[in-house]
Amino acid sequence: MKIYMRLMAAIATLGILAGCGERPPIETKQIGYRGTGMEQNINPRRQEMLKAMNQPGAMEAPADPSGPLAKDIYQNVQVLSDLSVGEFTRVMLSMTEWVAPADQKNCTYCHNGENYADESKYTYQVARSMLKMTRDINTNWKSHVKDTGVTCHTCHRGGPVPSYVWYADPGSGRENAFVGTRAGQNSAITGLGVTTIGHSSLPYDPYSPFLLGDLNIRVEGPTALPTGNRNSTKQAEWTYSLMVHMSNSLGVNCTYCHNTRAWSDWQQSTPQRTVAWHGIRMARGLNNKYLVPLTDVFPANRKGPQGDVAKINCQTCHQGVYKPYFGESMAKAYPELQGVKSAPVDPSAMPVEGAAAAGDAAAAAPAAPAAAAPAAGAPVAKVPAKDVPKATPRSGNTAIAALTPTNVDRGRL
Amino acid sequence: MAEYQNLFTRVQVTAPHYPGVPHNPRGVWVRGVKASANYWLGKIGDAQIGPFYLGSTGFASILCFIIAFEIVGLNMLASVNWNPLQFIRQLFWLALEPPAPQYGLRIPPLKDGGWHLMAGFFLTMSVLLWWVRTYNLARKLKMGTHTAWAFASAIFLFLVLGFIRPVLMGSWSEGVPFGIFAHLDWTAAFSLRYGNLLYNPFHALSIVFLYGSVLLFAMHAGTIMAVSRFGGEREVEQVLDRGTASERAALFWRWTMGFNATMESIHRWAWWFAVLCTLTGGIGILLTGTVVDNWYLWAVKHGVAPAYPTTFEPMPDPALTSGAAQ
Repeated sequence: MKIYMRLMAAIATLGILAGCGERPPIETKQIGYRGTGMEQNINPRRQEMLKAMNQPGAMEAPADPSGPLAKDIYQNVQVLSDLSVGEFTRVMLSMTEWVAPADQKNCTYCHNGENYADESKYTYQVARSMLKMTRDINTNWKSHVKDTGVTCHTCHRGGPVPSYVWYADPGSGRENAFVGTRAGQNSAITGLGVTTIGHSSLPYDPYSPFLLGDLNIRVEGPTALPTGNRNSTKQAEWTYSLMVHMSNSLGVNCTYCHNTRAWSDWQQSTPQRTVAWHGIRMARGLNNKYLVPLTDVFPANRKGPQGDVAKINCQTCHQGVYKPYFGESMAKAYPELQGVKSAPVDPSAMPVEGAAAAGDAAAAAPAAPAAAAPAAGAPVAKVPAKDVPKATPRSGNTAIAALTPTNVDRGRL
Repeated sequence: MAEYQNLFTRVQVTAPHYPGVPHNPRGVWVRGVKASANYWLGKIGDAQIGPFYLGSTGFASILCFIIAFEIVGLNMLASVNWNPLQFIRQLFWLALEPPAPQYGLRIPPLKDGGWHLMAGFFLTMSVLLWWVRTYNLARKLKMGTHTAWAFASAIFLFLVLGFIRPVLMGSWSEGVPFGIFAHLDWTAAFSLRYGNLLYNPFHALSIVFLYGSVLLFAMHAGTIMAVSRFGGEREVEQVLDRGTASERAALFWRWTMGFNATMESIHRWAWWFAVLCTLTGGIGILLTGTVVDNWYLWAVKHGVAPAYPTTFEPMPDPALTSGAAQ
């Protein structure tokens, strides 16, 4: 009897431990002053797995930058017009290797084999826009990518659709039901059928408000006593969700950026927080400037259930690592992708430049596939109490309402 | 015989049910329900079940609780499209969410938080009616009302979280969601929003009394069980007539730490620790957002939070240097 009890207890304990997911030992690395809890927890077994999964892609031998320019030899070269024929060919070959599907590793995944200047394939138009984006990142987003830079492979890793992209969540389908609305949270599975961020019951689509719209992320007040900060606890849940996404995407603890005793204090934050701050703006900027304008270019099978294009978040590049490929730079070997000759662009602008470059009026798509967001669903600042000044809705609220194919559920901030 | 008298006896005696002390014959409390006995309950306590007195407040309380429970549960079930398997699988994630901030203190539509308000109302009524019941039962038995007031302290925290603070903040959205993970996520978000609740001194006091309660409970329970071989579990009699069990227990603690509580005062210690746990906790929640907006900055202002040397060059707020507003 007793032995059975013990056996059952042992099995139950093992079961509980197995549920924890990561077995000890976990290495701890101190990154701040002693006693402040500034440390990173590293699972060496997971690190090995991540290292195997985050190897740089195949790289073509360097090309001769001299010689005739590609634009003078080939027709309809709009983005890589500053490259020599050799450099141009190198980029084309690399893109095939990095982006084309495994069973279509040839030029015709994007090009019309009869006429390489033909723009009819959607992949051609997308690739052109993505080349502009890559050069834009390497030129104008050094605040985030530094000199490490990015290539197509940083996100694509050998396939046409990056492994980690996001679509607007279609919701539970119960947004207007009499009972059982989820308010965009409180579920183990998102409306897209995947597990929620960090397996939490937090809002499961923080991307739409923060990485497409520019809803306020900061919820803490700057003063000890109340001086008009009307951010609600609910809004803190959305910020929390975004932060858990970043933590998961980079495979780091909160303390990688924050001193957790004072989350908002920049004086106590690590320099990585500044890099991450620019990363949020970068993801937001690129989604609005490059991905959303491609809405009408992509075929339906490449879009989400709401008809929106695949968009990027932190995980798209980082893929579970604090720096993509653990900091190894592929872009340094590709001066062609540095975009040295492209004019600096204001990152906050949201033009439809990609469409213009594609020479296709149809590509000048509206920024949002379903711009008619219900006003009641738009996240708004908390209704003020009588004793405080009236809070005006943030500009971000208008932005998100206009930019995202939102549903009523998402608005419960 | 000795084993039977011990607290941890394995012997169960079958005897006529104990009807209880005489009660007020003029009262409405008629003990019509017969008692029964349960062998397994006898393993952990008194084998006798009943007589049980529900009364009008007890009945109303249970009714209110069932209504609240059903509102929450059916909303959870509906949120997974009435799929019972998903309901079980996702039970810890599911919740009934309070209204959105834009509704303030207005009554929102049912689907947008109205159900939450309704569930909160019935749950509050249930708890308050149960409080009345504990008070009345104690009075009927001519006991003190200590249990009722200890319960009231917990109810105070409950009311602060779900009613008083949301009203003071001018928004029902500040209430706590009804859900397992949801209320835990809310707790974390609450601390994030108000600048780290660990710097809230009333939160700290509440933790002191929580852990203190656990410690006192362990000390007291351990002491009594240790002297049960001398009849120490008969605490009430030992209060009046100190015997060898009480003497040994007292001596044990005096040897250990130079001081001992008495058979009577140890229960006052325990009662106050338990009561102060929720009382200080409630005050801490009540002050958050209404009087203090950022507890970390409050702690810095009052010299509570120390400054540590930084091991890296602090960077300025990029929102200030980049000219962006976010």
